[in-house]
Amino acid sequence: MEDLRNKARELLAAKAVQVVVGYGRGTGASRRAVFIQSAAEAGELLFDNACRQNLAVYLMKPEVRKLGKMALVAIPATLRTILQLASENQIQDLELLALVPDASGAVTQLATFAAIEAHVVLQDNDLSAAEKGELQKYEIMGMEQRRQFWEEHFSRCLKCYACRAACPLCYCSRCTVECNQPQWIPVPAHDLGNLEWNIMRAMHLAGRCINCGDCSRACPVGIPLHLLNQKLISEVYTHFNSRSGMAAKADHAMSTFKPNDAEDFIR
Amino acid sequence: MSDFNPKIVAFVCNWCTYAGADLTGTSRMKYSPQVSIIRFPCTGRIDFMLLLKAFASGADGIIVSGCHPNDCHYSSGNFHARRRWIVFRSLLDFLGIDVRRVRFSWVSAAEGAKWAQLVNETAEQIRLLGPFKRYHQLRGLGVE
Repeated sequence: MEDLRNKARELLAAKAVQVVVGYGRGTGASRRAVFIQSAAEAGELLFDNACRQNLAVYLMKPEVRKLGKMALVAIPATLRTILQLASENQIQDLELLALVPDASGAVTQLATFAAIEAHVVLQDNDLSAAEKGELQKYEIMGMEQRRQFWEEHFSRCLKCYACRAACPLCYCSRCTVECNQPQWIPVPAHDLGNLEWNIMRAMHLAGRCINCGDCSRACPVGIPLHLLNQKLISEVYTHFNSRSGMAAKADHAMSTFKPNDAEDFIR
Repeated sequence: MSDFNPKIVAFVCNWCTYAGADLTGTSRMKYSPQVSIIRFPCTGRIDFMLLLKAFASGADGIIVSGCHPNDCHYSSGNFHARRRWIVFRSLLDFLGIDVRRVRFSWVSAAEGAKWAQLVNETAEQIRLLGPFKRYHQLRGLGVE
């Protein structure tokens, strides 16, 4: 932790970056994002197992972006998000620094996309065994049971769009739900609007989501949104052998194709 | 159930399936009248949101059809569409929505008979499944 604070002090004092986005004390045992703009504030930085938010979300927020060059305290999901945003031409190389603390507290500084790529290939980027097991539990359910499961969950959706705000890859400045000519998704939080919103959110993240899980953690009514994303991550990997957030220049699963993409339902 | 006339919406591409359906008509082949055809420039233009709109507007079944692979007028629209459908169909299934209500097909401009068969089969399938009340009721459960 002291390594991280010293690194932040050093970078801010040398004016190598204007802001260090890291984790600080939140309510109770939780951690929240802090924006350190001077070396004197660097003592607020923390790093432990409770630091789970994907701070790359702030890369796409204009109010944070205007602060200047950023150093991000990065967990594995954050690094993949940076690469995914780069591959979508949302950020430029050398525009940011990633600070990766390891288990011992030592900090690795990654300054280029190439360095991040080299770091990311060494991570385990697949869904975990537990995640795969959970997915399978729902896949083998009957269709009617699955419908009931989701209907029950979506009935609690408030359409607060916290899932969208928390997602580093939901960055469109004008989202389809804000378009009303035509009105694609009904505005009220009734069952049709909730279902359509959640289908749309999942589809727009297909082949892009890097499985940080911030959508589920942000949801105030506990809808397991990560299941939808993980389902599509596994489909995209199975059918197209493609994984998001692995390289700063990449062909995206949903905007490319192979002439021999296999399916068994188009007759 | 015999008096149930399903509403089927067909999203078809201008260059192959629409012309194919035209051929069905000019060849005087009879087929199920429950289908409403919507013409698109290309299957690549058929957004999944349009399919959801059709269901929300009262469709009981949907047909999506376009040029066979390698026959796209714009060379790759149907390949992109195919990827989208693969993902979209798995998502619907995962959400417990009956994917038998959405039928995907390739029908070329020369396949008038295939179009008639496709519509008839789909109409029969949807007749067996019954009205898609479950989806249509969703709007009714809330307050607009």
